[in-house]
Amino acid sequence: MCQMAENKDRMVPLPSKSIVPERDVDKTPILETHHLGIDFGGLTAVDELSIAVGRTEIAGLIGPNGAGKTTVFNLLTNVYAPTRGTIMLDGKSTARKTTDQVNRMGIARTFQNIRLFGKMSVLDNVKVGLHNSINQPLVSSITRLFGYSSSEKKARDEAMELLAFFKMEDMANKEAGSLPYGAQRRLEIARALATHPGIILLDEPAAGMNPSETSELMENIRRIRDNFSIAVMLIEHDMNLVMNICEGICVLDHGRVIAKGSPEEIKSNPKVIEAYLGKKKEANRDE
Amino acid sequence: MNKLKNLSKYAATNIKCYGMVIVAFAVLYPMLQAGLISNKVSGLLIPICAYIVMAISLNLAVGFLGELSLGHAGFMSVGAFSGVITIACLNDGMPAPVKLLIAIIVGGILAGILGLVIGIPVIRLRGDYLAIVTLAFGEIIKNIINCLYIGIDDAGLHFSMKSANDLNLAGGKMILNGPQGAVGIEKISTFLAGVLLVVFALFVVLNLVNSKTGRAVTAIRDNRIAAESVGINITKYKLTAFIVSAVIAGMAGALYAMNFSTIAAKKFDFNTSILILVFVVLGGMGNIPGTIIATTLLYILPEMLRQFSDFRMLIYAVVLIAVMLATNNARLKDLRARVSAKLKTHKGLNAESGGKGDVSNG
Repeated sequence: MCQMAENKDRMVPLPSKSIVPERDVDKTPILETHHLGIDFGGLTAVDELSIAVGRTEIAGLIGPNGAGKTTVFNLLTNVYAPTRGTIMLDGKSTARKTTDQVNRMGIARTFQNIRLFGKMSVLDNVKVGLHNSINQPLVSSITRLFGYSSSEKKARDEAMELLAFFKMEDMANKEAGSLPYGAQRRLEIARALATHPGIILLDEPAAGMNPSETSELMENIRRIRDNFSIAVMLIEHDMNLVMNICEGICVLDHGRVIAKGSPEEIKSNPKVIEAYLGKKKEANRDE
Repeated sequence: MNKLKNLSKYAATNIKCYGMVIVAFAVLYPMLQAGLISNKVSGLLIPICAYIVMAISLNLAVGFLGELSLGHAGFMSVGAFSGVITIACLNDGMPAPVKLLIAIIVGGILAGILGLVIGIPVIRLRGDYLAIVTLAFGEIIKNIINCLYIGIDDAGLHFSMKSANDLNLAGGKMILNGPQGAVGIEKISTFLAGVLLVVFALFVVLNLVNSKTGRAVTAIRDNRIAAESVGINITKYKLTAFIVSAVIAGMAGALYAMNFSTIAAKKFDFNTSILILVFVVLGGMGNIPGTIIATTLLYILPEMLRQFSDFRMLIYAVVLIAVMLATNNARLKDLRARVSAKLKTHKGLNAESGGKGDVSNG
């Protein structure tokens, strides 16, 4: 199912600035950034961000409100063009690529405020995610000939498979906008997975969830990594979730990395504790 | 079971659309042949077909792509005049239906090319800005055609933007005479051709909407940022939908022009664009069967009101407002939802007792 997983043999030494130096997972990075930074006018939103995410790693990006976490995701998906630095995805630079091209290179994402295609059915939402793997030229779209039905059937089967992965197959024909909140979050992840990414970025996947939904989500994130053998990078404020499932954590404050390491190291890092509990903080800048 | 439901929702729209057109044709065509329809009414049939095609085309741009195009009459105009020029160039010996077919195809292609040329700058814009720029392009097209002089003689086509005398025609005939428009058009459009064009437009648009391309287009409408994030090339798909819409509009224009002996560029002005938009809005954005019904009714209405002479457009406006209010009335919507829910459970019971294999009924 996952195209990226086949390229495992490519050996790139993990940079010393990796989020987790010692791990029991595949260490070849799928995603690397070098001295990444962006300015908005005079404001430096992110600066000197150098991280690497292994091919089957679950990485966490945490930090107080306004630290620039979502900005990092927007940089990684080229919604914003970085002012400085480079992003390497599977060894290739994503500079001067558009958001849709970056997705085709292997990054999929979800959004902090859910962005589904609300008026389309659940099944169609996932089919839109499969867009680039459906081989159906315009001629066959219009005439319904030349492999239309086989391509539609293939898309349908794969979409149903993904929905079944999230136990949503019985909702396939419902309007996406009418789903309960938790299901909408899962659908967004299913849609992102449909693009066959090498790494999936989850922006606050547990926001607004109750404890039982959160533990289900944790289970799902692990299953995503194991089943599709892809990397997962998530922004989350739920420390229980982050400390439980992330193998490597990067802490941002005011756009700068203040700590990197395993959950244990992060928990005991004085700088992190200061950033969360210590001094006076600026009000929310951006999220 | 889910599969059946999904299939039938798509099938239901198809059956409604094609069914309506075929029934209307089956009733009207024999009556027309037998001379049972008055000249006044039969004269409306082809324009209605042309406007239905226009409304279907605009619904693709407004309803499915979600971009307000206020220059759609411009594409219709290009289709109309290129169609007129085409039949003037064609051999007289050719049978009329073949001529008409070629004219419609040429009209569609030229409108499509124009759609591409206009689309490239316009499609980068969004919302109000796109609406205003398409409006401007519509006016530009109208004004350019307004000062075109085209004639044909044995040497071929003559072309000028100054006056008819500059053409230096050696005999031959005028095709396009500036502000007077096209003159001496062969009236070769038929009701049958009109219905076939409607069916063609339905075929293209309904199939497109339920395909990879259509899903991409609808996804862009629903959430542009999310569509981009799943790897959809926004510009490509918006442009595709825009061009398909322009091609269909051009075809409608060619059909429309061939129904009159003279036609001027000012027929395809801003008012016409708005008229088509009204059909689409009243029929429902993204609702093709609704569009067909709305177009038919709203095109016939002003003709029916001729007896009120001066008050005609006033009454037309009042009716329009009343219909808009009624269709958006929450209570009426509620009532309709309840009735359709009742019908559905009724049907569902029937289907359960009837058998499993019945796809079209569910």
